[in-house]
Formats: sequence, structure tokens, C-alpha cells
Amino acid sequence: MQIIKTVTPDYRDYLSAEEVAEIEHEVSIMETRESAGIEALKVVQSYRDWISDDSLNAIAQLLAISPAQLEGVATFYNLIYRQPVGRFVIHICDSISCHLNDYQSVLTAIKNHLKIDYGQTTTDGMFTLLSNVCLGGCDKAPVMMIGENHYQQLTAEKAIAILNGLRQDPEQATANIEVEHD
Amino acid sequence: MIENSAELLEKSLTLPLTHLVNLERPLSLQDYITAGGYVGAKKALHELSPKEVLDIVSDSNLKGRGGAGFPTGMKWSCVPMFEEADENAPKYKYLVCNADEMEPGTFKDRMLLEGVPHQLVEAMIISAFTIGANRAYIFLRGEYHLSAKRLQKAIDEAYADNWLGENIQDTNFMLDLYVHTSAGRYICGEETALINALEGKRANPRAKPPFPQVSGLFGKPTVVNNVETLSNIPHIIKHGAQWFKDLSPNSDAGTKIYAACGRVKNPGLWELPMGVTIRELLYTHAGGMQDGLNLKGLLPGGASTDFLLPEHLDTPMDYDSIGKAGSRLGTGGLIVLDDKNCPVAMVLNLLKFFAQESCGWCTPCRDGTPWAVELLSRIEQGQGKMEDLDSLADLCDFMWLGKTHCALAPGAVEPLKSALRYFKEDFEQHIEQGCCSYSSAEKGNGHGAATGKDDDSKDENCEDIRCEDIGNGGHAHG
Repeated sequence: MQIIKTVTPDYRDYLSAEEVAEIEHEVSIMETRESAGIEALKVVQSYRDWISDDSLNAIAQLLAISPAQLEGVATFYNLIYRQPVGRFVIHICDSISCHLNDYQSVLTAIKNHLKIDYGQTTTDGMFTLLSNVCLGGCDKAPVMMIGENHYQQLTAEKAIAILNGLRQDPEQATANIEVEHD
Repeated sequence: MIENSAELLEKSLTLPLTHLVNLERPLSLQDYITAGGYVGAKKALHELSPKEVLDIVSDSNLKGRGGAGFPTGMKWSCVPMFEEADENAPKYKYLVCNADEMEPGTFKDRMLLEGVPHQLVEAMIISAFTIGANRAYIFLRGEYHLSAKRLQKAIDEAYADNWLGENIQDTNFMLDLYVHTSAGRYICGEETALINALEGKRANPRAKPPFPQVSGLFGKPTVVNNVETLSNIPHIIKHGAQWFKDLSPNSDAGTKIYAACGRVKNPGLWELPMGVTIRELLYTHAGGMQDGLNLKGLLPGGASTDFLLPEHLDTPMDYDSIGKAGSRLGTGGLIVLDDKNCPVAMVLNLLKFFAQESCGWCTPCRDGTPWAVELLSRIEQGQGKMEDLDSLADLCDFMWLGKTHCALAPGAVEPLKSALRYFKEDFEQHIEQGCCSYSSAEKGNGHGAATGKDDDSKDENCEDIRCEDIGNGGHAHG
């Protein structure tokens, strides 16, 4: 029997062992492989910051679904980035409570300070600016989310101070969020 | 950290949902048990049959707190039950907690998720036992990172103490509970879209019937309940259906976590007996309007409810009364519009949200919501025509219930249609004067100044022709 050599890349050449293990864990708690799609995208994004076409193809192969199907999932969600993003992605809440509490002045201050518009990344690769629907901090509007942190009761000055703080000490963003109960 | 027991008992009877909330440091499993937790679960598993639990929940008149207000007992009673030896029994039935809280102006579930995660775990044990589900998922919105960590911690503790897993507390009942974090899409809160999302599919809503209780997740019987709805269950089982009904003076039972946001003095969340008046909520609890502002209108239960006016202030916040006033209780969170914020800009902001979050499956929603945004933007920018108001009214008809695949577009219609009716003068003024009369000077918060880049487009008669930065909303994805 003749073995046909293919040139299709193998996901194992692309995804790390850690990524595959984490994705397989997600698969194990669902009924079908495809149902781990969104979790798989989040796993790979946590290692690589965004989902490239190569990442998408590798995950689709691992989950035994078509890349087109996974693309339909990936592009459906706000928090899956299909383009490269900066180290910190700023998600400004633009929903109704923040609107009534003048998030626009915060947004304008951030755009002017970073010299970027929505969808753009600063030249030093530190910040990408995106909008977000209601972040559930309506009693403390305006709010924004950077990484896993929610920043509330923003003013233009406060928002810029937060960005400057992150630029000076990028590690603080990950240090802020801990499970408080013992 | 636990107060004296008499005070705790009193609170547990009047503020069941929130008396154990601690946002700084939620109770560990042991502290939660010490404070009276898992009593309901113990009672259900050891003393009651699933049918008896179902009867208590049905008797309690608990209605869904996610927005639709569907009776929980009735929803559960549609789940097929099987004898243990029945060959036709599916391998799994599913319970799913809808924690995809993304309705703008709604932030109540977050308090329960972050503040008392064990209450939800206990609730899911009892609820899964009742419908015979052995697998359960908490479908959590991706932005609630702290909730995810605290829930996982609570679940790990529950597994370690045999409240989850095999033979729970020495019974035959087994349950696996998982947290699924989403990645940001409003439509996933629709229960059939949520099921598609859990299956790893693009999260378009499904046609009903079949209803999820019969054929839901992976084609198996599935119940989807909101966080606040489920959180009531341990207390109903612990204290009884009559206690729950007696919590509220009117036809709707229990307490409700009400909220207020917008430019009020003290925005926040309060657990109150179902049916407090809007006036009490707004003026007693939220402290009334901020200085220098007057109440112009409000949405009583999130972005997808109809506006109400100051004349409706004495309406009780329960399902029937708010319905009779022309709106919906929804999630019970007031979004308050003051007289210095432009109602046209507010409706435009809401419709932009619905247009962005439309899944695109059905034409009325996919094409209708962006067109409403276009027409509202024209009016807001002073380029509107009177015919646009008729077009908007037509859209409200095209996107109404029965003409769309799910409730998203009708949800968008509710604030739009009511605004066209109640704030007609404001819309007409925008069109007649060719500008927005809510100028930056009047707003008193520098709001209009934010749109400095639009200085060129200023009209002679108007301070500032835009209320909002129209050019926003870009995305890096897709």
C-alpha cells in the first residue's frame, strides 16, 4: 500500500503541549469536541494574545471541525481578537449608563492621550482601544476593562493616570486581581 | 465575620438573596454552612422527592428574574421525568444557569456571583435534583473575571466536601457542575442561543418548539434559569412556599434585587419586597436625581423595556403593574434619564447596542436595527426629516413580536417606540431646528465638549449639534 504524504500542517507542530492539554480538558467536560470551540480559542489567545489564521486552523484540526465553522464562532464574539492587539486591550463601556454619565469625555481623553482611535494599537504596542457593551458596573459609571480588571467611576484624568500607571509598571495589571476569600 | 445569630436569622427571612453577600470576601463553604447555608439542599436531598421540591417551587409563585418573568415551577414541570430503570431515559439532562448578564443597565447578578457564590452552587444542586439533571453549567459572561474565579473556588470546595460529584451527601444523586465563560455577545443570554453557544456553534437563537425542556443542550432535556431566579431556590426550600409569598404584599412573590443607574444621587442595588413603587426605589433608595437635574423618564428594567414617565412614579415594580403601565419589569433595574441628557441620543445609544448585538439571523433585526440607528443618527445630527419619524414607527412594526426570530429586535423596539410617543417634541425639535437643543452649556458636565472634533459642523443656532460622538463603535475583530 502506498502512503500518501500530505503537506497539510499538523496541529501538533503548531500548538504547544500546554495548549493542547488545556483544550483537551475543556473537551472532556462537554459532550462533543466542537463544543469546546470558544474555550479553545480563549486558551490559545491567552498564550498568544490573538487568534491568527494559523492558530484558527490548528484549533479547528484539533477539534475536528472545519476552519470555517470555527471562524464563524471566533468572529461572533467581542473578546476573541482576530487581529494582533497590544499588550493591554482597553475595553471602554459605551452602553447606556456610561452614556448618561459622559463616558465620551473619558473616551476622547484616552484617544487624544494615546493618539489612537477604536481598533488601533499604539506604536509602542502597549495599548489597543476597543469598545465593549455594558460591563455591569452601571452604578459606578463610566467604566472600562483592561485585561481582567474593571476600572470604575472614571474621569478623564483618572483614566489617563491608570494608563500611565500600566505603562510604567505593566506587571501591576496582573497583580490586582486575586481571589480574596481564603 | 458572622453577626450574632438573631440578627442573621432576621435578615435571612427578610433579605434571603443578599444577607450573606460579601463582595470583599465571600463566605467559604464552612462559613456559608455556619451561616445557615446548604440547609435547603440537605432538606431537598434527604427529606423530599424531586416532585415534592417541584411542588414547593410551583406553590411559591417564583417567576424568572432574567427578564421574561416566566413561572419557574411551570418551566421545570415540562422536563420529562424517567424511572431509574427506564431504557428511554437520556444519559444526561442538563441544568444551565444563565449568568450572561449583558443587558445594559443591569448588574444585579454580578453581586450574587461575586458576593455569595455558594448560594448559587447550592441552588443548582437543588434545582438539578428536582429536574433529574446530572450535569450543570454556569454560562458566565466573559467579562466577569472575578465571578469566574470565585465560582470555581466555590465549586472546588463543594466537590471536596461531597456537595458535588458522586453520591452527594450519601444519597444516590450525582451532579457535575462546570463554569463556562463566554467571550462577549449579548444574544447568548437568549436561552436557545446560549445552548448553541455551549455546543460550540455560532450562537444564533433556535426556533421554538421544541422547547429546551424537551430538546435542549445536545438534544437533551435542558432547563435554563437566571442567576437571581436560582438563588431564591435554597431559601424557598428552607423556609417554605408560604414564607416566600408573604415576602411581598402583592400578587408577585418574593423579594427582588432592584437597581438604579443614570444620574441619580446614589446609584446601586437593593433587595426589596417585590412590588415597591418606582418612587420609593428612585427617591428613598437611590436618593433622587443629582442636584440641578430633573427626572425626564426612565426604563424600568433594562435597555429592552419601554420608557415610563414621572407620572408613573407610583407604579409598583411588579410584573403586572409595570405591564399595565405600558412597560415590562424586565430585570428590575431603573435606567434614569434626566432633563439635561438628550432623549434622542439616549435612544440612539440603545439602538446602536441592539444593532451591534443582533446575530443577523433574521432580516427584520439584521436590517431593521441598523436602519433605525441611521435614522436616529440623522435626527440627532440635525439632518432628519419629519418622514423619518414615520419610518421609525414603521420599523417598530416590522421588528415587533411575531415578525422576528427571537426577542432581541422587539426588545429594541420597546424603548424606541415609547420614546417616539413620550418624547415626540424632542424628536420634532431636532428636525425643525436642525440641531440638538441639549447643548453642552445646558448639560453642565462638559458632555458636549467631548465631541470637539466636530467643531466644524456647528450650526449657527446651536451650541453643539451633536450629543454624542457619532464616529465611535469600531472593532478590531471580525
